[in-house]
Amino acid sequence: MRFRLRYTKLGKVRFIGQRDVARVWERTLRRAGVPVAYTEGFSPRTKLGFGLALPTGAESLAEYVDVYLEPGSPKPPTGEVASLGGTLAPLLPEGIDVTAALAIDGPVGSLQEEITSCSWLLSVDGLDASTLVRSVETAATAAELPVTRERKGRIHEDDIRPSIRSLEVLPDGAVVAGGPWGSPGTVVVAELATRPRGVRPAELVSALAAVVGADGAGVARVCRTQQWIERDGARWEPLAVRGLQGGDVFEHALERVP
Amino acid sequence: MESLWPRIEPLLARVTKPARYIGGELGAQHPDHHPDRVAWLLVYPDTYEIGLPNQGLQILYEILNERSDAVAERAYAPWLDMEAAMRHAGVPLFSIERCGAAAEFDVLAFNLSAELVYTNVLNLIDLAGLPVRAAQRDARHPLVIVGGHGAFNPEPLADFVDAAVLGDGEEAVGEITAVVAAWRQGTTPPGVTAPEGVDPRSRQALLRTLATVPGVYVPWCYEPEYVAGPPLPGAGPAVGRLAATRPRFPETPSQVEKRTVADLGAWPYPKRQLVPLIEVVHDRLNVEVFRGCTRGCRFCQAGMVTRPVRERPAAQVRTMVAAGLARTGYDEVALTSLSTADYSGIEETVTAVMDDPDCGRVSVSLPSLRVDAFTVGTAAQIQRARRTGLTFAPEGGTWRMRQVINKLITEADLYAAVEAAFSQGWRKVKLYFLTGLPTETDEDTLGIVRLAATCVEIGRRHHRSPTVTASVGGFVPKPHTPFQWFGQNTVDELTRKIHLLRDAARGVRGLDLRWHDPRASAAEGIVSRGDRRIGNVIERVWRSGGTFQEWSECFDLDRWLEALAAEGLSLEDTVHRHRTQDEVFPWDHLSAGLHRDFLYQDWRDALDEVGLEDCRWTPCYDCGACTGYGIEHVVASAVPPAGGSQGTGQDLASGGAVPVRFLEVRGRPVAAGTTGG
Repeated sequence: MRFRLRYTKLGKVRFIGQRDVARVWERTLRRAGVPVAYTEGFSPRTKLGFGLALPTGAESLAEYVDVYLEPGSPKPPTGEVASLGGTLAPLLPEGIDVTAALAIDGPVGSLQEEITSCSWLLSVDGLDASTLVRSVETAATAAELPVTRERKGRIHEDDIRPSIRSLEVLPDGAVVAGGPWGSPGTVVVAELATRPRGVRPAELVSALAAVVGADGAGVARVCRTQQWIERDGARWEPLAVRGLQGGDVFEHALERVP
Repeated sequence: MESLWPRIEPLLARVTKPARYIGGELGAQHPDHHPDRVAWLLVYPDTYEIGLPNQGLQILYEILNERSDAVAERAYAPWLDMEAAMRHAGVPLFSIERCGAAAEFDVLAFNLSAELVYTNVLNLIDLAGLPVRAAQRDARHPLVIVGGHGAFNPEPLADFVDAAVLGDGEEAVGEITAVVAAWRQGTTPPGVTAPEGVDPRSRQALLRTLATVPGVYVPWCYEPEYVAGPPLPGAGPAVGRLAATRPRFPETPSQVEKRTVADLGAWPYPKRQLVPLIEVVHDRLNVEVFRGCTRGCRFCQAGMVTRPVRERPAAQVRTMVAAGLARTGYDEVALTSLSTADYSGIEETVTAVMDDPDCGRVSVSLPSLRVDAFTVGTAAQIQRARRTGLTFAPEGGTWRMRQVINKLITEADLYAAVEAAFSQGWRKVKLYFLTGLPTETDEDTLGIVRLAATCVEIGRRHHRSPTVTASVGGFVPKPHTPFQWFGQNTVDELTRKIHLLRDAARGVRGLDLRWHDPRASAAEGIVSRGDRRIGNVIERVWRSGGTFQEWSECFDLDRWLEALAAEGLSLEDTVHRHRTQDEVFPWDHLSAGLHRDFLYQDWRDALDEVGLEDCRWTPCYDCGACTGYGIEHVVASAVPPAGGSQGTGQDLASGGAVPVRFLEVRGRPVAAGTTGG
């Protein structure tokens, strides 16, 4: 038995890392009296499952946590699940808001296993709008997009092109539905796959800079807008936002799972 | 107050651990500033992770924000990368709540918990945009105040700070607020006489009035007097001896007495402990069970300057624990004090917390524990999870050495405790020692390895590969302690002793020897007992880039030695010289309540290898701490806690940090000691 919660990470709180977000959740759930299960072993911890970690400094409209309940916990009534967001709201830091909740009882995989890609909004520093458009156009049609990264003191070269599912520049002044920024300027919209490996938005920006030979470009601001589960040609969000008003049953694409 | 956030935010994408600068803690307050309210910025001069848990700062934060005439926000030292980004962007030191510029506050109050942070204090005054020297600040600038244990010898900072508060700050901050608020109206608070012959709205009037508040020391109101000292090896011509420190004004007291809160039960703070968004040190609920310590360890400044013992009522401790856990969501609570196992309500309190269903699945940690098998037995009986290492602090390697420092633990006590620990499942034991202690011989030093090696052998009876970590620190004599007369060991001597230990420990399988950098002990020694002339040294070290000297990656003794030489001072004279009985100390006009005669007698007793029992349950030695303030030790029980052997002539004290956690007992009573105490 577990709860799946969808939440935001917006504003100042974007500067805390994934590990600290997990600790915030542990304390919040304890304060709310949710009977969270503990892991076995030498140093038991509350049993929480997160998806692909959000880079520190990035915002999000689509974070998820699976809260595993103590064995034997009964399936809570729908109303109780629906009101969980309201219960947790005053206990959570500013910028973290629960936007959907669902009780899951059955053979549903973990977020880590199931999520296949994420959609991102990015604003870029150090590239003017026309260069950025040119760079995105070049990258979108390129056969490969090499990036270098340092791991254990050695330089690796990776091609991130296979992980880029879609890439485009929004026209200036386009309003991004639900987006965190009032005046977005030139914004890149990208969907990046989690396999064969998760591509970080910063890697995408350095690849974009490389194709136009620009120096000193960086991510100004990033927001994850969706996470996706794709299987057998269909795709859905782990938990869609349907509002949290009184007593709604949260319909959910989990129903697609056989 | 304008928010600097729009200018701070762009910097955060480029620095390490940006969450250090965003606040957002549970319990953070965003008070409304108002011309009628005195605005305090409480500053911890080290990183956010080190400073946030500081209980003293959190207590004052709440007390000030509860007052109708004050508001308080907080600031911490930005790490090197953030400081560089701030200076480059012209962003001054700011409060983390409202991102207000430090210079717009009325008071900058620094917590001083260690000497090596003093260069950070100067750096932060500068980063706030103020002149670092108090004499160059005027009525437009905030007051710069220091408090905490470091304030008991504030002379090295005398040229930079406006005032130092000695002792407990709970009451003093209110009185300082009242003085500042009245001064802004050109008056003084009721019952406080204005100094004569000065403009009531001048900085001087404010400072002279503050100097009449009990516990508040205003260095500018005092004049040190130096005389030529005897010629000394290594000392330059500028070296003179301090002859006296005298008040300059008729209303200034000749001696400043520390403040002491008589009834801890009247101050149940923090009521809303700050819960940070990121992991910090001591990241748990902390409930202070008593203040003060009478164990009498002669090297320990904290134990000496916080006397007498004042316990919090056990019922209040239980309430604070239950309410604190429910409010914060923490699953661990530490019962804090200088020696928590000596709290007279310890067993009933721990049991009550574990049995309280409202407290849930909680671990209790006692940050200091006696070295005895009883305590280990109790810990094991009620421990369920998260079994980390056990730590004991014998401090000295031989019984003779421990008598000198008044840490009266016998080898039998230690071995019984270690036996109990290993037999009950622990595989790692940590031992704390000091080296460079008064009268220490090589036999005493090597006793550290001998003790630790025996502990490893005891461990082998129970496990295949037990580990004993011996952590060795270089001793730095501290003001207001019996060892204030002692000449600190040189870097060479401490290094020699560490090499002795290292050689002896080589080949002892299972013994992990660690030591602190002797060069850092030397720098700490320069400041610890320094007089006002050390101020120039601190300023030189800071100007040469020497901030974060507590951090090994930033520390550099050469900066300190060059600064000393430039000021015509020497390590030999300031640090390594034994003081004589008639030495005038820079803190002689500042009182922690201890009679100088008592301290000197205790120093003589140390040299004679005579130990002194805990005075909580034995007759008074008249140290001065109780009688001077008309306060007695406040304990809930007239007899020592069970398991202690105080009063039997054999003290089983431990002053070290012992991360033992107690978890709930399920259907099993707390058993008495497994071996005789």
